[in-house]
Amino acid sequence: MKVPVAHERRAQLRALGLVAPLLIFIGVTFIAPLATMLTRSVHDPVVADALPETLALLEAWDGTGTPPEAVYAAAARELERAAAERTVGQVAGRVNRVQGGLRSVVTGTARDLGDIGQGPWREAMTAIDEAWADPATWHAIRTTGERFTARHYLNAVDLQRLPDGSVASQPEERRIYLRLFLRTLMVSGVITLLCLLLGYPIAHLIARAPPHRANLLLVLVLVPFWTSLLVRTTAWIVLLQTQGVLNDILVAMGLVSDDGRLAMVYNMTGTIVAMTHVLLPFMVLPLYSVMRGIPSTHMNAAASLGATPLQAFLRVYWPQSLPGVGAGALLVFILAIGYYITPALVGGSDGQLISNMIAYHMQTSLNWGLAAALGGVLLAGVLLLYALYDRLVGVERMGLG
Amino acid sequence: MTARRDTAHVEFRGVAKSYDGRTLVVEDLDLSIRTGEFVTLLGPSGSGKTTILMMLAGFQAPTAGEILLDGRPIHDLPPRKRGIGMVFQNYALFPHMTVGANLAFPLEVRGMDAAERGRRVERALRLVRLEGFADRRPGQLSGGQQQRVAIARALVFEPTLVLMDEPLGALDRSLREEMQYEIRRIHRTLGVTVVYVTHDQQEAMVMSDRIAVLRGGIVEQIAAPEGLYEEPERAFVARFIGENNQLHGRVTAMLDGDVCDVETGGEKIRALKVAPCEAGDDVTLSIRPERVAINPEPGSYRNEVSARVEDLTFLGDHLRIRLAACGRDDFIATIPNVLGHGGLLEGDDVRIGWTVSDCRALDHEHP
Repeated sequence: MKVPVAHERRAQLRALGLVAPLLIFIGVTFIAPLATMLTRSVHDPVVADALPETLALLEAWDGTGTPPEAVYAAAARELERAAAERTVGQVAGRVNRVQGGLRSVVTGTARDLGDIGQGPWREAMTAIDEAWADPATWHAIRTTGERFTARHYLNAVDLQRLPDGSVASQPEERRIYLRLFLRTLMVSGVITLLCLLLGYPIAHLIARAPPHRANLLLVLVLVPFWTSLLVRTTAWIVLLQTQGVLNDILVAMGLVSDDGRLAMVYNMTGTIVAMTHVLLPFMVLPLYSVMRGIPSTHMNAAASLGATPLQAFLRVYWPQSLPGVGAGALLVFILAIGYYITPALVGGSDGQLISNMIAYHMQTSLNWGLAAALGGVLLAGVLLLYALYDRLVGVERMGLG
Repeated sequence: MTARRDTAHVEFRGVAKSYDGRTLVVEDLDLSIRTGEFVTLLGPSGSGKTTILMMLAGFQAPTAGEILLDGRPIHDLPPRKRGIGMVFQNYALFPHMTVGANLAFPLEVRGMDAAERGRRVERALRLVRLEGFADRRPGQLSGGQQQRVAIARALVFEPTLVLMDEPLGALDRSLREEMQYEIRRIHRTLGVTVVYVTHDQQEAMVMSDRIAVLRGGIVEQIAAPEGLYEEPERAFVARFIGENNQLHGRVTAMLDGDVCDVETGGEKIRALKVAPCEAGDDVTLSIRPERVAINPEPGSYRNEVSARVEDLTFLGDHLRIRLAACGRDDFIATIPNVLGHGGLLEGDDVRIGWTVSDCRALDHEHP
């Protein structure tokens, strides 16, 4: 490699200076939060910081029966301090996620310990709450005390670590995430297929139209982008709800009886319809850009060679449009599995997707570790899909235009 | 298919085409093409030649008139049922298929079995001298090779009629000339009827049995290449095919034997009457540069005028002389490089002459 002379180096620095704002922006708004969240999914120091001595002593505990008195003494001292430093609530919340019902045990004990000046602590704590005599309580504390942990990821795929260290399925009633992932994948698949079925003819029409008309049609495809996503989604509510426009028309036409109005929103149907509408342009644009590159003489050539229109399409046009199909499908699918706002508004209870659960854990249950782990699984899924696509089709063949 | 010479393979009867309902792209076309004939539609862009081809192929419908194939009207047949081979501008090879698959495509859609397909594909590749290219993709071939594949694909299902729409337009000059002879060879080997569209007169001359010169949707003249060159009937044809001097003049007298006297640039020229004209009509005189003799024996030509040499250009096989004569300064004469340039120098006063039969009085065009 040749060493750049001074003015070349200056030019390179200037170029770097021009892209620096973007790089910094991406770093601050995308890479840093992503890294923080992914760290959070495996790193949780709250309990480890609050109860260091207790956890160190629990290491020696064999896991059967109650721990020795020294553990109780350390726990009492550290819980009291946590109460004073007002971190006990966070500790209680984390322990509670492993073993339901322990939140009040931990906070209650921490409060009441202040009135008891001395040991023996085992008796004192058990007197405050029977739960302290249960080994499960101490297992829960030991589990949450791990500074680096896989339990959020296990949780995210409906697994748990048993007290003996082995990995097993969650109990039936707590298995929700795998089903939700599966549903998200299926719904995204259906939406992708619908977008392809609806978008393919439109893209073809635009690609074959004379330039001025093609521009107009492209603008029409893009018009939804000028409207707020919220407006578009709520418009679907107006159209689809039980007393909505579509039901009114169906009733007026006599196709549906007045008390048999169809439930088309606040369920999976609503999610699919609204998301297909929102994501359609992402299918049309890559398809259009690939189709524009297919010479129109190809269909004429196929016809002159004796092919029926169907044969010409299947053998000549479709294979050439595949890069666009791949790009559009990948784009729509990836956007769909991470989509949040539309299912939240029109999905009801059975139209919720995994991203709504992530939002729930971020905003309501405040279990950021689990939210991050769910996000991490989703990210891994997307990367896997991308790798698969690259392997099968080749990313360089993707026609994003 | 037995060659049926002298029968019309393709016939246009009063065919007209308009895209917008007002202007005619093709006007009242009557054209009959014999089986096995190589006919070229030659004309500048916008002359309607491609439209005629597209109507024959079935991609455009005539606005009026009818087209007959082997004596049967074909306007109800979609392109795929016409059984016409077609070579497109820019080839229209399918880039996602190998050369072999491209050639097999028309056979496949006809339901031919794989063994027979393989044989025919191989034969077609041999015809265009591309043996061993079956597994390549069109994108891996040069322009000339792609052209050969396109021709092979148009021939592989053994059509009796092949249409070619400016197939050599994308090739460079030397390759174009090579391909012209190649196409001529293939035509002679197979005996298929070819309708060829081009704007290149040399291309048309090399390959065609007959050339139809088109302008503004009208056939100006249809004749064999020699006929078009030697006996142009229209000023446009004379100008479009080969070089010629066109002198604008007025008929002063009509003589017996289709001969007339024309006055142009102060000279009185005797010319062959081609366009219908009377004394007093405006005409265009067409004189080929190579038929102009420089300093001939006095009295050996009916037409003799004085001229001055303005410019001499040596062009290897011939010498091109620009003269001031008949009131203009762009009168061109060429003499073959056989005897040298006969001691001519710029500024020399000379006499030039030509025969009556080499001077054709054609229609007058208002510029």
